[in-house]
Amino acid sequence: MSTVTQPHVPSKATAQHDHGSAHGSMSLSTFLSTYVFSKDHKVIGLQFLFSTLVWFLIGGLLALAVRWQVAWPWSDVPVLGKLFAQQGGQMAPEFYTMLFTMHASVMIFLVIIPILAGAFGNFLIPLMIGADDMAFPTLNMLSYWFMWPAFFFFGASFFVEGGAAAGGWTSYPPLSTSTVSAPGSGMGQTLWLLGLTMVGVSSMLGSVNYMTTIILMRAPGMTMFRLPMTIWAMFITAILQAFALPVLTAAGFMQLTDRLLGTGFFSPEGNVINNAISGAGGGQPILWQHLFWFYSHPAVYIMILPAMGMVSDILTTFARKPLFGYRPMVYSIAGIAGLGFIVWGHHMFVSGMNPALGITFMVATMMIALPSAVKTFNWLGTIWGGRIHYTAAMLFAISFVSMFIIGGLSGIFMAATPVDIFIHDTYFIVAHFHYVLFAGTAMGVWAGIYYWFPKMFGRTMNEFWGKVHFFLTFSFLNGTFFTMHILGAVGFPRRLADAYHYETFHHLQPLNAFMTWCAIGMVASQIIFVINFFWSMFQGPIAGRNPWSANTLEWTAPSPPGHGNFDFQPVVYRGPYEYSVPGCEKDHLMQTDPPHPAEAAAAAAAHA
Amino acid sequence: MENDKRDRDAGSGGNLPGEAWTDGLPKGRRWSGIAWSILFLLVPVLGAATFIVAPYYDHWLPKDVSVHGKAIDGLFYFILVLTGVVFLATELILFWFMWKYDAAASSKPATYIQGSHTLEVVWTIIPAATMLFLAIYQMNTWADVKMRRPRIAPSAEVVARQFEWRIRYPGRDETLGTKDDLFVVNDLHVPVDEDFLVQLKSMDVLHSFFLPNLRIKQDAVPGMKQPVWFKATEPGTYDIVCAEVCGWGHYKMKGRVTVESRADFDRWLARVEAEQDATQRGPDEIPVAAAD
Repeated sequence: MSTVTQPHVPSKATAQHDHGSAHGSMSLSTFLSTYVFSKDHKVIGLQFLFSTLVWFLIGGLLALAVRWQVAWPWSDVPVLGKLFAQQGGQMAPEFYTMLFTMHASVMIFLVIIPILAGAFGNFLIPLMIGADDMAFPTLNMLSYWFMWPAFFFFGASFFVEGGAAAGGWTSYPPLSTSTVSAPGSGMGQTLWLLGLTMVGVSSMLGSVNYMTTIILMRAPGMTMFRLPMTIWAMFITAILQAFALPVLTAAGFMQLTDRLLGTGFFSPEGNVINNAISGAGGGQPILWQHLFWFYSHPAVYIMILPAMGMVSDILTTFARKPLFGYRPMVYSIAGIAGLGFIVWGHHMFVSGMNPALGITFMVATMMIALPSAVKTFNWLGTIWGGRIHYTAAMLFAISFVSMFIIGGLSGIFMAATPVDIFIHDTYFIVAHFHYVLFAGTAMGVWAGIYYWFPKMFGRTMNEFWGKVHFFLTFSFLNGTFFTMHILGAVGFPRRLADAYHYETFHHLQPLNAFMTWCAIGMVASQIIFVINFFWSMFQGPIAGRNPWSANTLEWTAPSPPGHGNFDFQPVVYRGPYEYSVPGCEKDHLMQTDPPHPAEAAAAAAAHA
Repeated sequence: MENDKRDRDAGSGGNLPGEAWTDGLPKGRRWSGIAWSILFLLVPVLGAATFIVAPYYDHWLPKDVSVHGKAIDGLFYFILVLTGVVFLATELILFWFMWKYDAAASSKPATYIQGSHTLEVVWTIIPAATMLFLAIYQMNTWADVKMRRPRIAPSAEVVARQFEWRIRYPGRDETLGTKDDLFVVNDLHVPVDEDFLVQLKSMDVLHSFFLPNLRIKQDAVPGMKQPVWFKATEPGTYDIVCAEVCGWGHYKMKGRVTVESRADFDRWLARVEAEQDATQRGPDEIPVAAAD
């Protein structure tokens, strides 16, 4: 995929490259160093974007297969039925456990984390702070190429004996540490752990680079409190990754040695699984949960903070209004990140962890609702009194706010420890994190793609089809995920290949069938996006430098920016959100526009 | 590059004569702003409708037959109302702002405002107080379910393994781990209106002991003994579900819990004892006194 990630320059001479006839004008080594092993942050960002979008599609198809089994268990699978010939066209239960494990693993480790930090982080950070590239271009290139072993390990695990990992994306031992506990706990699980480690290496390389770049390479005048929210979010995300990731990497290695060397960090004495003694013993399964969630809870914020930042920027642009409460927005991101380190235990309320400790985690979890509430109110404040332009990017950004409200509020149910006893491991949880991660982050990612596409490829995406894509995705996602709250209220458990033989759940099949139809519609709607994306790359209307009349630095660079990004060193005179300044003849003042006489008076009045 | 020659602000409008300011973006059509706001209005409308309609179709909390379940359900409803109000309020405000501040609806410039210190304080303190109240309010229920263990000997031991629930009753001496223990699989019997204390263990991997009607869920962890207690209030037969993925057969790790009167419970125990004695008794063994 990476070879097609060259930024499209809309001129006749370079357009030929897109059709593969670049060899005439360019040697193979130049081609490789420009588009494949490139150290240019924009090319790396686009490489991340294309790779993760391909995995997004794979993850989406895995989700559809999961939904098929949940709605119509043990019925012949359409299209893929031939794969299950030995089961008479049906899905085997071990195949189903593999499906939900790999759906989550692919979506989290190969899509959401790398698309936010890898694709948008890489593309936007130097452009938005006015730098010519990242601080460590080689490290940056490596951070992309360390994803490839991960792609390989995850991808290859589907084809090894026993199939890919089937222990859930949380990989709880002893199911995951024993190599005989289930089909898929053999080679597939080992490859999963190796893949995870590689994703970790990639994230760590990126994180170090982002922190250094944002601290050291800002343009003259670009103080920390003139940074756009996207950059603040990327910065804090990078800090989160730097501090949380080592724990997961270490834990992953411990699980790997448990499996390969019999160290027994996570398996207790004398554990017999599937009639085989599992490991040396002397370990504790709950230890893994603490280590895993010590990373993976902050990772939840790694998976949404950058989207929050991008949405903040997009909302201001299309509401033509300054961001409401810039500093509170920055502080609340920092607050979420800080508290994010002390709430991991809320994943473990019923795990056997000391219930008194559960109370501590519960209080911390309740408190993390605060910065999230502050952010939501400030987004509402941002569009209040604005001049809203309903572009596709804006619709996706508004839907992020609307959906994040649902995902945030449903979190309160599970933060309440007694209620969590009932809804833990049910579809209520599934509803909650899909509202945060799909209806939140993925919608934020689409907002970002529609918004920055002109900067990436020099052309705008088709607005009409963008809106159709938005309407269908938004409608179907609510049909799929909102109803999951209801399933959760009945107690419908996650991860069951067939729950209808339980008296409590036998009547829920029609609702599940409805949700699966919506999910099919949701995935099908993405065809519109894919066509629009590629068509617009080559045929879309040519965008100028600043098609949205936005304020931030990337819009002063050519679209797409050449190597080195800017024509000359940008100098920053103000914050990123000076829209509709009274007394100013145009409705936006770019960060690089020279000081305007109306500004000082307006700023004084606005702060009153 | 060709783009370099392009106007620095290609998309933005110039200053029209007689106007103090210009829109940076072309106006959309009013009807489309209306349509989009109504789409977002559907979120709270259909969202609330879903939660109102679901109970009428029995798509709701399963019948609660435990003492502590009342408190859990009460808390669920309390949070539902609380979050419901916030959900409706914020989503309706979002709709109203989308409707009203559509660029096509007016020619006034956007309000230039950087934020409001007062509002920030208000919308920090009110949620903080609410969340703190909620945190403290629920602690008692949590303590009842998970911390204030009844002072009785274990009524039964449940050992989870792939993919069944092995249940052991203490027998006549009321002590687990002795010779007169009684064994059943996937069939837990519980006397009504009595404290029942389960000692939960796992033989192999993680499982989770989930009794939807009793509002009980506790992971079974190999190497640990977890106490689980409840008081059932209504006779009947209910599901035992495994709620922690435990391998390919996770979905069929199904048990049943029968809540019955003390008399029925004792009769059942006696029958289990008799069956077990019948299988144990070899030809040259001394006959054990008949049960009952």
